[in-house]
Amino acid sequence: MKPMTDEKKFQLCATIFLGVICAAAVFPIILLVIASVTDENELIISGYTLIPKKLSLDAYAYMKNQFGTIGRSYLVTIGTTVVGTLLSVLLTTSIAYPMARKSFRGRNVLSFFVYFTMLFNGGIVPQYIMWTTIFHVRNTYAALIFPNLLMQAFNIMLVRNYYSNSIPESLLEAAQLDGAAELQIFSRVVFPLSVPVVATICLFTGLTYWNSWTNALYYVTDPKYFGIQNLLMRIMRNIEYLRTGASEMAAEGQAVTLPGNSIRMALAFIGILPILIIYPMAQKYFIKGVVVGAVKG
Amino acid sequence: MQNRMKQKTRRRSREALSLLLIALPGILYLLINNYGPMLGIFIAFKNFSYAKGIWGSPWCGLDNFKFLFITDDAWIITRNTLLYNLAFIVIGTCISLVFAILLSELGECLRGKLFQSALLFPHLLSWVVVAYLVYALLNASNGFINNSVFPALGIEPFDWYAAPSAWPVILVLVYLWKNAGYNAIVYMASIAGIDKEIFEAAKIDGASKMKQIFAITLPMLRPTITIMTLMSIGRIFYSDFGLFYQTPMDSGTLFKVTQTIDTYVYRGLMEQGDVGMSSAAGVYQSMVGFVLVMAANYIVRKKDPDNALF
Repeated sequence: MKPMTDEKKFQLCATIFLGVICAAAVFPIILLVIASVTDENELIISGYTLIPKKLSLDAYAYMKNQFGTIGRSYLVTIGTTVVGTLLSVLLTTSIAYPMARKSFRGRNVLSFFVYFTMLFNGGIVPQYIMWTTIFHVRNTYAALIFPNLLMQAFNIMLVRNYYSNSIPESLLEAAQLDGAAELQIFSRVVFPLSVPVVATICLFTGLTYWNSWTNALYYVTDPKYFGIQNLLMRIMRNIEYLRTGASEMAAEGQAVTLPGNSIRMALAFIGILPILIIYPMAQKYFIKGVVVGAVKG
Repeated sequence: MQNRMKQKTRRRSREALSLLLIALPGILYLLINNYGPMLGIFIAFKNFSYAKGIWGSPWCGLDNFKFLFITDDAWIITRNTLLYNLAFIVIGTCISLVFAILLSELGECLRGKLFQSALLFPHLLSWVVVAYLVYALLNASNGFINNSVFPALGIEPFDWYAAPSAWPVILVLVYLWKNAGYNAIVYMASIAGIDKEIFEAAKIDGASKMKQIFAITLPMLRPTITIMTLMSIGRIFYSDFGLFYQTPMDSGTLFKVTQTIDTYVYRGLMEQGDVGMSSAAGVYQSMVGFVLVMAANYIVRKKDPDNALF
C-alpha cells in the first residue's frame, strides 16, 4: 500500500475532527425530536435518551386537541413574519436607493443618519416608555412588528452596496433620459434588478421575525397576541398553561394526563420545523449575505 | 448656456426632492424607533413615574446613577458583560478559525457542505428553542446528562440550574455552539480570496499542510481577524440578551454569574419596576458603548479605511 500523502492525511484528520464536532452540534436537536415522540412515563423514569424503550405520539395528539391555543400562536407568528418582512423589504430598499445614487446631494447626510443608529442607541428604557406611552402599542399586533425589528442599518447598507456595485449608473441615466421619474426608476428598473439582495434581506428579516420573542416579552401580556416563541416560553415556565382546555376534555370523560415533558419538546420541534424545511434552499443566500455584509459593511 | 445650467439645477433639485420622498418612510421609522429613544435618554435624569409621565416627572440630577453605582450590581454586571465578551472574542475567534480552515480544506465536496450546514444551523434557532435544548440536556430530574451520561460514569446527578460555578462554562459553550459556525463563514470567504498559486508554490517547496496554515493562511487572514476583533471589542459593552436571559431559565440563584447589563436593564424595568436604576444602567451602557465603538472604528480606519464603518 502506498503511504498517504500529506494532503490526504490532513483531509482525513479534518473529516474526523469536524465529523465529531458536527455530531455534537446536531445532537441536542436530535435529542429534542426523539424526546417529542417518547412515551411520557418513559421520560419520567429514564429521562431524555437517544434510544427510548417506548415510543408514543401522545404529545402530537395532545397538540392536535389544543389546536385552539397552539394554532393561534402559530398563525400569529406567520402573520407577523409575513407582514414584518414585506414592510421591512419595502422600507429598506427604498431608503437604500437614494443612498446609492451618486448624483443625490443629500446622500452623505442620509448615510450618516443611517450609520449613526449602529453607533449609538438610547437603550431599551426610553424605547419602552416611548412605544407604550406615546404609541400605545401594549397588547396590539403592532407591538410584534414595529418596535426595533422592522429595519436594521446592517440590511440597509447591504442593499445600498448592492445597488452601487451591481447596477450601473448609466442604466439609471438612460432611464432618466427616457423621462422616467425617480419612483419609476426605482420600482421598474432598480427593484427588479435586485432580486438576489432582496432574497437575502427577506431571509434575514423573516428569520428575525420568526425567532422574535423580545417584543412580546416587553409589550404583550395578553396571551392572545403570543406567537409560537412566546407560547414556548410560557409553557417552559408553566406547562399548566396548556391545561386550560384539558378540563373540557375531562368533562367528556377523556383522560387528562398531560404529557408535559414530551409536549414541550414537540412544540419546540414544530417551532423550528419551518426553518428546517427552508434551510437547504436558503443556506446559499444566507451565506452570501453574511459574507457581503461582513466584508463591506 | 446659462439657461441650460439653470434647467439642469432645477432638474437636479427636483430629482433630489423625489429621492428624498422615496426615502421618507424609512427616515421616519428611524426617527421614531432609533432617534426617539436617543432623545429619551433624559429619562435617566428624572425620577420617572408612569402616573406623571415623561414630562411631568421631576428631575433628580445624577441620583439614579449614584444609586446604581453604590450597589454591587454595577460592578457585577460590568464584570460579567466584559468577561463573557472577552471569552467569546478570544475562544470564539480561535474556534471559528479552526472551523474555517478545516472546512476550506475539505472544499466543495459533499461532506464539506454537510459539515458547514450542521455548524451553521444552530445560529438560525431562537434563544427560546436553545433554552429548550439546554434544558433537555441539563434538567435535574430527566435531563440527558444526569440520566444517561453521569450514571455511566458513576457520577452523582447534579442540579445544574442551581450551581453558579458551572454557568460560565455552559454559557461559553452555548455561545460557541450557536455562533462559531456563523463566524467561520467570514473567515472562509477570506481564505477563498487567497491566491491559490501561493499554496502551489509552497507545496512544491515541500511545505507540509500545517506549515502552509501557519506560514500562509493565518498571516493572510490577519487583516480580517484584526477587523473582526476590533468590531467585537467595539460591542464589548453589549451582551446577547437571549443568551443570558433564556439559557439559564431565569434562575435567581445564577444571577451572580449570568446577570449582564442587558438582563439587568430588563429586570429593573419589567420585573422590579425600577425605571430609575434601569435607565441609568442603560445610559451607562450607551455612553461607554458609544466611546468603544468610536475608538474601535478609529483604529480600523487607521489600519484599513475600506472596512471602517464610516
